[in-house]
Amino acid sequence: MEQVLQQFKDRISAATAGGSALQIRGGGTKDWYGQTPQGDVLDTRAYTGIIDYDPTELVITARCGTPLAEIDAALAQQGQMLAFEPPHFGRDATIGGAVASGMSGPRRQAVGALRDFMLGAVLMDGKGEVLHFGGQVMKNVAGYDVSRLLSGSLGTLGLLLEVSVKVLPKALAESSIRLAMSQADALHHLNTWGGQPLPISASAWHDGGLTVRLSGADAAVKAAKQKMGGEVLADADADAFWSGLREQTTPFFTAAINSAAGLWRLSVPSVTAPLDLPGQQCIEWGGAQRWLAAEIDAARLRTIVEKIGGHATLFRGGDKQAGVFHPLAPSVAGIHRRLKQSFDPAGIFNPGRMYPDL
Amino acid sequence: MNAVTERPFTLSRQQEVAHALRAVVPAQCVLFNEEDTRPYECDGLAAFRQLPMVVVLPENETQVIAILQACRDLKVQIVPRGAGTGLSGGAMPIADGVVLSTAKLNKIIKMDAYARTAIVQPGVRNLAISDAAAQHALYYAPDPSSQIACTIGGNVAENSGGVHCLKYGLTVHNVLRVRMITIDGEVVELGGGALDAPGLDLLAVFVGSEGMLGVVTEVTVRLIPKPQLARVIMASFDDVVKGGNAVASVIAAGIIPAGLEMMDKRSSRMVEPFVKAGYDIDAEAILLCESDGMPEEVEEEIGRMIEVFNQSGATAIAVSTSEAERLKFWSGRKNAFPAAGRISPDYYCMDGTIPRKRLAQVLLGIEQMETKYDLRCANVFHAGDGNLHPLILFDANQPGEFHRAEMFGAEILALCVEVGGTITGEHGVGIEKINSMCVQFSRPELDAFFAVKRAFDTAFLLNPDKAIPTLHRCAEYGRMHVQRGAVKFPELPRF
Repeated sequence: MEQVLQQFKDRISAATAGGSALQIRGGGTKDWYGQTPQGDVLDTRAYTGIIDYDPTELVITARCGTPLAEIDAALAQQGQMLAFEPPHFGRDATIGGAVASGMSGPRRQAVGALRDFMLGAVLMDGKGEVLHFGGQVMKNVAGYDVSRLLSGSLGTLGLLLEVSVKVLPKALAESSIRLAMSQADALHHLNTWGGQPLPISASAWHDGGLTVRLSGADAAVKAAKQKMGGEVLADADADAFWSGLREQTTPFFTAAINSAAGLWRLSVPSVTAPLDLPGQQCIEWGGAQRWLAAEIDAARLRTIVEKIGGHATLFRGGDKQAGVFHPLAPSVAGIHRRLKQSFDPAGIFNPGRMYPDL
Repeated sequence: MNAVTERPFTLSRQQEVAHALRAVVPAQCVLFNEEDTRPYECDGLAAFRQLPMVVVLPENETQVIAILQACRDLKVQIVPRGAGTGLSGGAMPIADGVVLSTAKLNKIIKMDAYARTAIVQPGVRNLAISDAAAQHALYYAPDPSSQIACTIGGNVAENSGGVHCLKYGLTVHNVLRVRMITIDGEVVELGGGALDAPGLDLLAVFVGSEGMLGVVTEVTVRLIPKPQLARVIMASFDDVVKGGNAVASVIAAGIIPAGLEMMDKRSSRMVEPFVKAGYDIDAEAILLCESDGMPEEVEEEIGRMIEVFNQSGATAIAVSTSEAERLKFWSGRKNAFPAAGRISPDYYCMDGTIPRKRLAQVLLGIEQMETKYDLRCANVFHAGDGNLHPLILFDANQPGEFHRAEMFGAEILALCVEVGGTITGEHGVGIEKINSMCVQFSRPELDAFFAVKRAFDTAFLLNPDKAIPTLHRCAEYGRMHVQRGAVKFPELPRF
């Protein structure tokens, strides 16, 4: 592995010296995410393997090129999981790519996002320096929390070499129910339930049907089911449903992804009333994540979403000319530019993948 | 590090700064006479004292902006301050600088039960949020033991935890949005009403930044439903190693307790006469393990926890049968700090975190150090997340004891780093542990931290000289004297 590190360092040093762009890439399962990748591919997959995993520590440390599937399997063997349920989008997905893309799956509404589980990271910066941030412990306030900053940074600040992520035990019991209701009713129920001590671990509304997953102690799941009613899904059907949602393989998603308009992701306050927008929507995270399949002007959509305190991402497909990510306020953009300048002075890491000047 | 007698600024400089501030805030909000500024000379780490040149107490955000702009123009350094309960000297003033107190920014702006959020000003006390949310059966989860006094602005600065953070997370997990003012007087919104925000996760890096990146004017926190029931188990062990292993076994059984704390015999004997919590004072270690949730869930989980403790060789097990009894069990743990003050003239508190599997090894290491330094140490731990609070007991009036306490503490921290842990789990680096940062981080890593600071604080005027040591400082690293006996708020529950 030392050799691989040296190769990374050589590539990065040469790129910095020559000012040439590097496209950091794991399994390439999320090549479509963000603005179009530029530069020579720096493949992370040679730097692979789980470095440390002790189930009683609730932490796994792995090299960036480690397949996500390998990590899932190691955790499953011990009855544990990556609780934020990162989408894979293909069997070659790596942990480095998962962290860099910062995506979280259905369970995010209950347990938090990928960034909430980040405990530490090892980064190679634009000078080829290897920097350690955070660590392998749950509580650590020594220095700024740079490892969380790196999650979702799309490789724009440097090459993630290793990550330490908190893991959780799988729920003792899990069951999913489905209720027929309108979008407005679903949003009202989800927000009301959110204020009650119910073991809801995921939710999805689409086309008149609300599906809710309950996870926890057997007694808690049973009591909640009784209280909430609805039709109980068979376990296999439930698993297929939630993984189809996470991997976006259901008809709603495949149609949207393949359409000219593409798939929009709207991140909004969960209590936002049904948005009067054209097209179809699929609503997750208790109302806080709304997927939109519609022909709509990007600027108009962003104005609407911004007004309600959210932001809009052209998640997959569509016309990237208008910018994949929601524009930043000038003061925030300034901080972004200065961070980029410090970690990557030559601007070699995934330039333009997030914003044109980053 | 005691108060300087000679002021490193001229009276005309003081007048210049006070005058500039009085132009933007009412006169009574600017303090510069010694009798007025004296209360601000230290925070909870009272051994580090410094009288500030000027103290300013803005009443609203417009004033904060104007203050920062004025300070920037005059190139005067600023130390933001909440309730001043911090334990690492993060709010220790700068001799020729300004202390910016958020004490007057103490309003709950909006409590939204339906959205389960509260928008508050930085000077609102941690517990006041939960108190205000209680009518909706909601609460704000992070509960540092100083929560009756500490403010949310300070919690954001320190990324405060509490005894329930294993299950419910730290401040960073429970804050949705921070509105802050940069040294340039710019209003910056980090995070928002949604669960995430576009771009880099600046909110994550801002939380825990010890007041060095911006001045907070508003915080949106997440509220969660109050569990219907909580019960706590008190389990006794005749050996600390068995107790440590029992902690790992609880986790291995797939249980994430609402709280999981450990106290050694010296700690339980120290607190029992003081609070009468009913602790087993003959046990070498006691564990407090809490379950919360729906009543059915708690009953099931308590049963599984008891099974694990029995298998781990517990010598006695008691379960709280009422809310009053649950609070009584916790009272001893939460009052360990004041109790230490009753049995020892001085004490020195450490805050390292270690991988949980090293707990037994570190405990034994500390035991050996007690002999080596001929000092007693009472150990209280957030065992669930590996955060240790060894309290080294000493008497500063006995020649040499203070020095031995200090060496003892340094050796504990070194052991924490050696076994893969960190020098501070929750109290922050501040001024107290700034030298230890040289041990934990390399020069390029410290440079990266400085780069983060400059990205936010372009003028380098916000709480400089805290948390991140300069190259010069690391080169000069020598041991510092920390007189823990002189802690302010001795009555306040801690850790």
